[in-house]
Amino acid sequence: MHPERWVQVRPEGLYVVPGDFYVDPVRPVDRAVITHGHSDHCRGGHGAMLATEATLAIAAARLGEGMAPSRQAAAYGETIRVGEVDVTLYPAGHVLGSAQVLMEHQGGRIVVSGDYKRRADPTCTGFEPVPCDVFVTEATFGLPVFRHPPIEEELRRLLHSIELFPERCHVVGAYTLGKAQRLIVELRRAGWDRPIYVHGALAAMNELYRGFGVELGELRPATAGAKGEPRRELEGAVVIAPPSAIADRWARRLPDPVICQASGWMRVKQRAKQGGIELPLVISDHADWDELLQTLDEVGAPRVWITHGREEALQYAARKRGYGAEALRLVGYDEEGS
Amino acid sequence: MKPFSELLDRLLYAPARTSKLALLEDYFRSVPDPDRGFGLAAIAGTLSLRVAKSGVIRELVAERTDPELFHWSYDFVGDLAETAALMWPEQQAGRDWPHLSEVVVAMDELPRGQLTRQIASWLDTLDATGRWALLKLATGSLRVGASAGLARAALARYGGVEPALVEEAWYATAPPYLDLFAWLDGRMPRPEIAHVPVFRPLMLAHPLDDEQASKLDLAEYSAEWKWDGIRVQVVAVRGHVRLYSRTGDDVGPAFPEVVERVRFEGVLDGELLVAREGEVASFNDLQQRLNRKAVTPAMLQDYPALVRLYDILFDGEEDLRGLPFLERRERLEAFVARERPEGMDLSPLIPDTGLDELDRMRRSAREGGTVEGLMLKRKDSLYVPGRPKGLWWKWKRDAHLVDCVLMYAQRGHGKRSSYYSDYTFGAWQDGPDGEELVPVGKAYAGYTDEELKLLDRWIRDHTIERFGPVRAVEPRLVFEVAFDSIHPSSRHKSGVAMRFPRIARIRWDKPAAEADRLATLVDLMG
Repeated sequence: MHPERWVQVRPEGLYVVPGDFYVDPVRPVDRAVITHGHSDHCRGGHGAMLATEATLAIAAARLGEGMAPSRQAAAYGETIRVGEVDVTLYPAGHVLGSAQVLMEHQGGRIVVSGDYKRRADPTCTGFEPVPCDVFVTEATFGLPVFRHPPIEEELRRLLHSIELFPERCHVVGAYTLGKAQRLIVELRRAGWDRPIYVHGALAAMNELYRGFGVELGELRPATAGAKGEPRRELEGAVVIAPPSAIADRWARRLPDPVICQASGWMRVKQRAKQGGIELPLVISDHADWDELLQTLDEVGAPRVWITHGREEALQYAARKRGYGAEALRLVGYDEEGS
Repeated sequence: MKPFSELLDRLLYAPARTSKLALLEDYFRSVPDPDRGFGLAAIAGTLSLRVAKSGVIRELVAERTDPELFHWSYDFVGDLAETAALMWPEQQAGRDWPHLSEVVVAMDELPRGQLTRQIASWLDTLDATGRWALLKLATGSLRVGASAGLARAALARYGGVEPALVEEAWYATAPPYLDLFAWLDGRMPRPEIAHVPVFRPLMLAHPLDDEQASKLDLAEYSAEWKWDGIRVQVVAVRGHVRLYSRTGDDVGPAFPEVVERVRFEGVLDGELLVAREGEVASFNDLQQRLNRKAVTPAMLQDYPALVRLYDILFDGEEDLRGLPFLERRERLEAFVARERPEGMDLSPLIPDTGLDELDRMRRSAREGGTVEGLMLKRKDSLYVPGRPKGLWWKWKRDAHLVDCVLMYAQRGHGKRSSYYSDYTFGAWQDGPDGEELVPVGKAYAGYTDEELKLLDRWIRDHTIERFGPVRAVEPRLVFEVAFDSIHPSSRHKSGVAMRFPRIARIRWDKPAAEADRLATLVDLMG
């Protein structure tokens, strides 16, 4: 059966007809399969939610226990029948709990990859290519200018900068779910064993990651103590905060901060300059251009559907490689924290 | 090449001078000769490489990348060299980075065709930042917000010596500055400067306000006009002539007639002006000659340069900087009488007079627009580099004041990065739908820290639109804006450009409708 016949793009999101469910719907629906816990993919108000255990926990922490009356956890590789569709989740390597959704129906196989990356990430299970007929991919960094350098290289630059400016603090803007914890763990791996100071918005996710066995080392609140008083103990320290906080009023409490941002967008100089970033760190939880193409080749699906990002270039490149590529033009997914 | 590319990358983003100095100092400390000297030269703009045209980049990109993908990428990134650097197919193998010195030497020696091939093979070995730095270097457009002056200040910090010592030695050495670093590292004495036309660091003046002026013992001071041109130092040593700007850049090439006419030996301090038959023209006329690469005969004809002398540092090889001002003045007058330098004249001293008379002269300075105010120099002041306290004062004419309306605010940098501290303000004019504001200037200074906080809050509360770091605000807040002068400008929508605009007062009380009109500003151009 043609995939178009049983998967449709609707205003709510990607609808799977024979299973009567949506994948990552942007509006409340009866039944939802959720790839991962970021707010643009995982919204509240659904009747029933199927996701990994970690994603359900993240959703509960973010949206409250009332996020969906009915919840079902699936382990990676475990097949669950939903309506007339066999649903299996596979790791996507994006953040803790992130999954690709394999859907099988009448011999046809579609994989919705959600957001994914190919680099090793000590805070989540690595991406697994799943052979299929249709591969649904993101294209956040779907231009050949996006190529993420090794994270060790970016952290080396951060640590060198700390040496160079010992009297200042380095505040790194990082998305509160995933990027922040990955950054903390990678800093530990790079030998940074001093306390890391964190913005209050990170606390819940840090605790949740710890509950799933991710070691973060000693974390301290960045802005304890008197308001408006820069803290001496933050001199020479690393502070991690949401991107919206680093160059705004919250950061006034930090001693002469070097404003850093960890994001794939930092690769483009004008982007970094406009944001007032003094030390851009190219660290992303998405596949870069080379990895998007590598993934298409490894998955080997004859047809590729592109969801969100810079679709034109990826569609063009996929077609040149012999894949039937279409842009789905799903709306509602943002680029925050990429 | 790697340390150099990382330095450029960080300088590009560093907002504060102190950060830039620390980055440069670290570079000098961690990179060996001769690479660090070439890096220094690249930053200071003293590396005269044959520059590749942007066509070379397009050529290389066309060979190695898909044109469709390049088109989309360039569209997204917006900068040719950066796009090429980012999307260049990455080579996994090797990573055998060239040294900066290899790159500089090859750019100097290889024939054009071969150089293009060489650039391509370097691009294969570098990472994205390295490729960006290489292409910027090859096309001669570093633009990372660092100047020769900044580089010299960093050298002084690196060597732990007085900036003036570096300033002087700088002009006696050349890329890759081996002898300069040998001196700063304590391995050799300072490079010999006696027979080289080096820049002598200038003595600068402090601004004087009315209250300070009333306390001065005027008998101790000598007064003269403060000309509205650019400060220059004419250096002539053994047939070599240099015309240095205030910051030590050689502006001689832009004023060849001044350089060619020099027959004397010595170092003179004066003001570069445009003058026709002894009549000084406005700063705007002088601007026609600044920052020009090619000087046309028509420009020499229409905007003839004059150096108006006011001090002498060396007469021949004799150093006069240790003499008091009045003695130097006598030597200057004797020098001019003896040498009769062509295209130069003496800035006259104003006879001793009372405070009220000086004040009247200062205030009357606006008419004509060639004088900015008065200079008061202590009669016994030695020529001391830098800005020593209490010796020289500049007493400027009163600033112009206009009332303008705040239109846009932008977040500042560094310590001000969380504050809306840069303000674009406008004046009223007739528009198709009635009165409308047209931007007339931008200011980042003039307010107190306390006022900055209030402004920041006001802006956040009255935002009507946001564009990245910029906010458009309701046209309701009036600034009293002070500026030194105003000139016609084709680059601004309003047709005018202010010099040194700053916020004189925040008029929380004044209705925006009562702010000034563009026509009022245009009238001030005279």
